[in-house]
Amino acid sequence: MFQLNSEGLINLEVNGEVRRVLVRPADTLLFALRERMGLTGAKPGCENGDCGACTVLVDGWPVKSCLMLAVEAVGHKVTTIEGLDNAPIQKAFVEKFAFQCGYCTPGFIMNCQGLLDLHPDASDEVMHEWLQSNICRCTSYQEITEAVRSVLQQAK
Amino acid sequence: MIPFDFEYYRPESVGEAVQLFEKLDRLGKKPVYYGGGTEIISMGRMNNIATGAVIDIKAIPQCTAMELQDDHLVMGAGVTLTQIHEANYFPLLAQAASRVADHTIQNKITLGGNFCGTIIYREALLPLLLADSEMLIAGPKGEKNLPLDQVFNQWVMLDKGEFIVQVRVLKPYLSLPYRHVKRTKEDKIHYPLLTICAMKVDDQVRTAFSGLCDFPFRSPGMENELNDKTRPVEKRIENALILLPCNLPDNLEGSAAYRKFVLSSLLASILTELEV
Repeated sequence: MFQLNSEGLINLEVNGEVRRVLVRPADTLLFALRERMGLTGAKPGCENGDCGACTVLVDGWPVKSCLMLAVEAVGHKVTTIEGLDNAPIQKAFVEKFAFQCGYCTPGFIMNCQGLLDLHPDASDEVMHEWLQSNICRCTSYQEITEAVRSVLQQAK
Repeated sequence: MIPFDFEYYRPESVGEAVQLFEKLDRLGKKPVYYGGGTEIISMGRMNNIATGAVIDIKAIPQCTAMELQDDHLVMGAGVTLTQIHEANYFPLLAQAASRVADHTIQNKITLGGNFCGTIIYREALLPLLLADSEMLIAGPKGEKNLPLDQVFNQWVMLDKGEFIVQVRVLKPYLSLPYRHVKRTKEDKIHYPLLTICAMKVDDQVRTAFSGLCDFPFRSPGMENELNDKTRPVEKRIENALILLPCNLPDNLEGSAAYRKFVLSSLLASILTELEV
């Protein structure tokens, strides 16, 4: 049985690399990524699961890292925005001007990457359903939708 | 950040989880079983929950199972709402699950967590209330299968140290005609003004509701009135609403009068669509 009784070292597989990370059992994955591993791509927004700025992939599925304990991620594969390398969805965000201030962008991109990996044939309805998990206060929604749609069309 | 410390345990069997709970309880740790954890984390951040240990049930195979077995669909309490939606074994439940919170959070919220949390809506329960579901409960006295109405009546009735391991639904219920309607005040993703699940069983309609009271419910008395085909639909609905188990809420989501209007209209549509 895996357990962590107090602050201690755990192995986290992030972006294909296993790292030893010092965490409290009560630390969120978001905290561990940013404060312990220096991966500041995932952004703290509401820290209540509402805004999606902290979204990362866990075993390929988008998860709000503010609502996951770091210890829960032991044994799972975590991918952050730093783990993408000029992915088509990143290029599409640039080409479609799908951001303004950029704070929500890593969360949006990780959610979209999950959609593209898991449902490359997603309909507009499915795409909209997934995109509702993230908030953009600059209201770049139209451009974000166009960016995702352009990558989906390429995949088809 | 969660401003207090707790211990984290990830048992790999039901027995190990139960023994662990008893041990941690004896040590005064106030343990809690942990499914998706979304509510424990968000409440913990606000200091609205106190626990010295969490027992994560997601490494217990029975808790993550989802499969057709003989005459049942079996779903572990640790199955996520997304997994239920994507597998689509039980389309009414899949639809209800897909309207809880948002899509990304559905990747984390578990079936058991939706039942046992403190958020009053518990919308994934509604289809199960209609389908005569059973729950496998584990605790210090062993394991037992119980009808859902013995586990849930306004709230989840578990003894100390018990947790929901699995939910079972008989196969015939999975494909019966149904309707699911959720209405919110504004956007698609919000707590419900009201949610209705309806199922047609043996030419009778069954209905379960969320957002009308502080608890989800199914009312046999209301169903008797809704199925009274000697009366016109409007009268059946009027009589059913008299039997609501609470006064309709008057709050920011909507006034009581508005809820009553929406509820009556939706019930009329559902009765027509299901030809009841």
